[in-house]
Amino acid sequence: MAETVALIDYGAGNLHSVHNALQAVGAQVVVTDRPEDVARANRLVLPGVGSFKACMDGLTAIPDMAETLREAVLERRRPFLGICVGMQLMARFGLEHGRHDGLGWVEGTVAPLKPSREVKVPHMGWNMVEPTGPASLVERGEAYFLHSYAFEPGDDDLSPVCAVTTHGGRVTAAIQKDTALGVQFHPEKSQKYGLDLLTRFLAWKP
Amino acid sequence: MTVRVRVIPCLDVANGRVVKGVNFVDLKDAGDPVEQARAYDAAGADELCFLDISASHEGRGTLLDIVKRTAEVCFMPLTVGGGVGSVEDARALLLAGADKVAVNSAAVRRPEIMADIAQRMGSQCAVASVDARRVSAPGEPARWEIFTHGGRRETGIDAVAHAVRLAELGAGELLVTSMDGDGTQAGYDLELTRTIASNVDVPVVASGGVGTLDHLVAGVVEGRASAVLAASIFHFGKHSIAEAHQALRNAGLPAREVAG
Repeated sequence: MAETVALIDYGAGNLHSVHNALQAVGAQVVVTDRPEDVARANRLVLPGVGSFKACMDGLTAIPDMAETLREAVLERRRPFLGICVGMQLMARFGLEHGRHDGLGWVEGTVAPLKPSREVKVPHMGWNMVEPTGPASLVERGEAYFLHSYAFEPGDDDLSPVCAVTTHGGRVTAAIQKDTALGVQFHPEKSQKYGLDLLTRFLAWKP
Repeated sequence: MTVRVRVIPCLDVANGRVVKGVNFVDLKDAGDPVEQARAYDAAGADELCFLDISASHEGRGTLLDIVKRTAEVCFMPLTVGGGVGSVEDARALLLAGADKVAVNSAAVRRPEIMADIAQRMGSQCAVASVDARRVSAPGEPARWEIFTHGGRRETGIDAVAHAVRLAELGAGELLVTSMDGDGTQAGYDLELTRTIASNVDVPVVASGGVGTLDHLVAGVVEGRASAVLAASIFHFGKHSIAEAHQALRNAGLPAREVAG
């Protein structure tokens, strides 16, 4: 039987765009809000648009979902892709509309970008993704960003940051911990660059 | 390098077809919106904007279908505006596949709608459309007011103050259209764009009046815009998206290098 990708539907927007993009690169997608589907799937995708708190509230409102995800990704090493706020939720804390717990998979905080007349916030548009370490799924190239908060690693020695971009200063573009990859940008809105990343994700055997 | 200047083709849509008017009169049919969107996606447009100018309820229903079909084949951000009167309208467009929703007249009647949309669905999807005409006489300090109904109806509202307020209420982007320039191909109202961009932290999209590639460059260099929107110069094949990107790079501005 073909591999399945569980696209987690927790009321946090742009589900269809991610669904469309995954289908365009040949994924067998199951859109679901049921932990049992998540436990069964070969790969997991967590989208997310809106505020950190609203997304986290949406996820925790589904009984057992956060724990099922943790088990599937951190214990059973299922490949996971978090997109935008879906990536931010991997962090310990978010500071959007107050301090809120995230999933806590990686040490770090999601903090506001600081605007100025020259550095507009939201960080909106195409920017260069620069990998910081050895080869990973995230390659160098231009991707579409749309966010006002960004991941800041808690401990530089164990930083999960695997790619950065520049907007005013250095901004986290991607993080990785074991089989969990998170991207701040929107692969589903990044034309060829984004579809290529999704293709590599589907083939990823971490 | 930093975030790239976005080049945004805008498709005016009425009753399911793409139209583009000169000063919103004399509409000319320029094709099927989904096909055009796909062509712009392939050409490397940085975003796409649909502006619905349907007057009827039936036309609005068609728009949702177009947005849905566009999102199935285009993997770039899509902003949809025109006739968004409520948070529910905005939500319906986002669910259909729009990434951002531009609010115009509704935010003139009740600016707080920007806060409602931003709180419910995030600032990143809340675009405030600011349609302005210059009302100061030549020689006077420049002043602009908001006009609605395709630029025909005056409101007496100061355009810069309105724009600043909408950004403060939670708009994540301002789409600033000079109704004097719209359809003329004489260039953006650079002073209008610059005045607003200099007073807000959110990105400003320059719109209304593009006739040449130099106008796009001026929108950023002199108008301080983060993105440049144009219609006719792209639709009728006068220039490609790649040429627009190249013109921006030639002027020393960051722009995407995509095949197309």
